[in-house]
Amino acid sequence: MSLINAILEQLLNGLRTGSIYALIALGYTMVYGIAKMINFAHGDIIMVGAYTLYVCVSLLHLHPILAVVITILVCALLGVVIEKIAYKPLRQAPPLAVLITAIGVSYLLQNLALLIFKATPIPFASIIKVPSIKIGGVHVSGLTIVTLIVTTISMILLTLFINKTKAGRAMRAVSEDKGAAELMGVNVNQTISITFAVGSALAAVAGVLFIAQYETLLPTLGALPGIKAFVAAVLGGIGSIPGAMLGGLILGIIESLAKAYISTQLSDAIVFSVLVIVLLVKPSGLLGKMKIEKV
Amino acid sequence: MGVLLEVKNLGISFGGLRAVDGLNMTINEGALVGLIGPNGAGKTTAFNMLTGVYRPTDGTIMLDGKSLVGKKPAEICQEGVARTFQNIRLFTQMSVLDNVKAALHNSIKYNLATSFLHLPAYFAKEKEMDEEALKILKIFELDSFADTNASNLPYGKQRKLEIARALATNPKLLLLDEPAAGMNPNETKELMDTIELIRKEFKVTILLIEHDMKLVSGICEYLYVLNFGTELAHGTPSEVLNDPRVVKAYLGE
Repeated sequence: MSLINAILEQLLNGLRTGSIYALIALGYTMVYGIAKMINFAHGDIIMVGAYTLYVCVSLLHLHPILAVVITILVCALLGVVIEKIAYKPLRQAPPLAVLITAIGVSYLLQNLALLIFKATPIPFASIIKVPSIKIGGVHVSGLTIVTLIVTTISMILLTLFINKTKAGRAMRAVSEDKGAAELMGVNVNQTISITFAVGSALAAVAGVLFIAQYETLLPTLGALPGIKAFVAAVLGGIGSIPGAMLGGLILGIIESLAKAYISTQLSDAIVFSVLVIVLLVKPSGLLGKMKIEKV
Repeated sequence: MGVLLEVKNLGISFGGLRAVDGLNMTINEGALVGLIGPNGAGKTTAFNMLTGVYRPTDGTIMLDGKSLVGKKPAEICQEGVARTFQNIRLFTQMSVLDNVKAALHNSIKYNLATSFLHLPAYFAKEKEMDEEALKILKIFELDSFADTNASNLPYGKQRKLEIARALATNPKLLLLDEPAAGMNPNETKELMDTIELIRKEFKVTILLIEHDMKLVSGICEYLYVLNFGTELAHGTPSEVLNDPRVVKAYLGE
């Protein structure tokens, strides 16, 4: 019984980490779908979110909920500004130029944080103070409960937004055929801005949940979850929204089980090996669609 | 009936290639005009200039007295020009209904906050869009396919949906790029009926590119002929199709 309980607890841990990855992966996949680029600065939006939350809570002593709202707004705005300044002028440029620019933006954000907050890690106690509960002998931490609830709500809202609203419809149209969408009167620039705003807002939510788990601020804290979420997006099929959700959860669970039962040091290697195997079997990712070019 | 579209001396160069040169067209409100010519004559290039995909290197395009040169495709669409494509470009992963609703983007508006918060206006506007889209689909007898994925429609119906989507932008001028391409004689016949229907149901002027001479001579009131980017002839279908220069351009000596 205790072994099953232990496995269940590890699964829950995996779901918690995985749902954070999924939130971040959604940003990668949405931006890829619409702008056909990998926004490598996306992970650093998480870092900016974590620092913004710290400034609001610890330095300005704002109410945590207000602080979270400000964090989301700051990140959404930052995403839009990055797109306008760094990526928009490169719309017609070769993909390599855009990729390098994205990496450049990532370093810029990290180094700005380094300049402002210095390299010393800053301890930052979790703002999520929910007591843990026991369900049938399984210990579930408050943070896990909050993370799962918040990510589920975010994903439902995102799905509704994309499938049921005008802006969401415009996003789907632009991601399928930018030229045709434009000729049907869809404002492509505005649609791309909305995509970056929504993706970055989700990264901000992920940042709040992530920092509540790790409780230490570092300018590079976004790098690892960023890259793992990117792996999750590719695993699920980049460009696919359900794929990003699924990829994130699978990645989190594998990581958590590998840490607990195989080796902490090897867990990342195992996670990346899974990606390699999946891509060998299904190059377009789990839920990705193979594009057949008609000649 | 006034003049809707006035194209004067329209030309475009790609590097050293003069794709279209000195094109003049005057299209009256409510007319159905054909743009014909051999392959590579510059017909689609002309459409691309009219819709803002390409910016012409010289010449003017006036729609209802307003210049379209230099405007973006989305702006030109708002001015009242809509089009279909030679190779169908539907939003294939979206439903038939959503394809039309995407084209209603500018006619029925609500802001982002309304979408996020699902305010009452959201439901009202979405309902209005649904009704408007279904009304258009019904005219094309596509309403029973509203929830079908656009890619699952048969070829002829995909063509129809593309026209329906273009009409959803509420255009003054509808550009059809080879609407009968790839159609069998029955489908072509049906298309001709559809075009008649469009003229009856929507107050729209139509300019179409077509290779099917039966269709062109059957429905067009006036023709412009392009060859090697320049205007070869224009006139009524019987004048143009009996013009020896046009016959020569199509069939050779």
